[in-house]
Amino acid sequence: MKKGFLFFISLLIVWILLAGTSQQEIIIGAIVSLLLTIIFFSKATIFSEFNLNPKAIFYFLIYIFVFSWELIKSNLDVAFRVIHPTIPINPGIVKVKTKLKSKLGRTILANSITLTPGTLTVETNGEDYYIHWIDVTSEDIEGATKQIVSKFEKYLEVIFG
Amino acid sequence: MEMLGAIVTLAGSILLFLGALGILRMPDVYNRMQAGTKATTLGSILFLAGISIGHYECGCFGKIIIIILFVIFTNPISSNTLARAAHFAGIGLTKRSVKDDLKDDDIENRGEEK
Repeated sequence: MKKGFLFFISLLIVWILLAGTSQQEIIIGAIVSLLLTIIFFSKATIFSEFNLNPKAIFYFLIYIFVFSWELIKSNLDVAFRVIHPTIPINPGIVKVKTKLKSKLGRTILANSITLTPGTLTVETNGEDYYIHWIDVTSEDIEGATKQIVSKFEKYLEVIFG
Repeated sequence: MEMLGAIVTLAGSILLFLGALGILRMPDVYNRMQAGTKATTLGSILFLAGISIGHYECGCFGKIIIIILFVIFTNPISSNTLARAAHFAGIGLTKRSVKDDLKDDDIENRGEEK
């Protein structure tokens, strides 16, 4: 029930962002969102993997900040490497492991890794990720996992359980 | 306000330009993909944000936020798929590379045998 409400609220927010805040739009949007929630909620599995306790929501907000900071850092880092005359790269594909179990959590982790400094997820195979790293600083699995995955994993672990 | 929007848009354009330069300068497919994914993500975000700040009277913040979320969600997925396809097709890494765990583990060929 709580998750059905979340589904309804997300649909309504997307509609308001698209259509603006006039009263007619909100009423029609609310009715259609409610219908969609009733019809499709049992089939929509995307929200079933979220933990909905206060701690998870708090961690989710922190995660957004950590992610934004890493995104800015990664952009400046790549831009610096591009304009540097000798192109200071030391690339390679390394293997890392994740502790996350939920599918949605793994997807979000892979996408976060792609958008962080110098790393690009090439292939996933169960709990193994193969990551193209523009500046390899540790070649074994433990060291690479610690440097690439840990900073996001500790938040996603709480959010998705 | 228009000035601030123009500055943000300019910053976005510079990042997009650096992304394009990176695609020219980097030595192999995967490094090019790195430049093409990262610099363009923040570049597009700043570009769109600059437009919504500069034309604040049009009330298009909501739509811009939706577009930005769309870029954040789809950009890494597309680059992941392209890199994976390139590796499946057997395109090697540059000679400056340190290691290639994916090739060593050979999971691509194992998939074909099933």
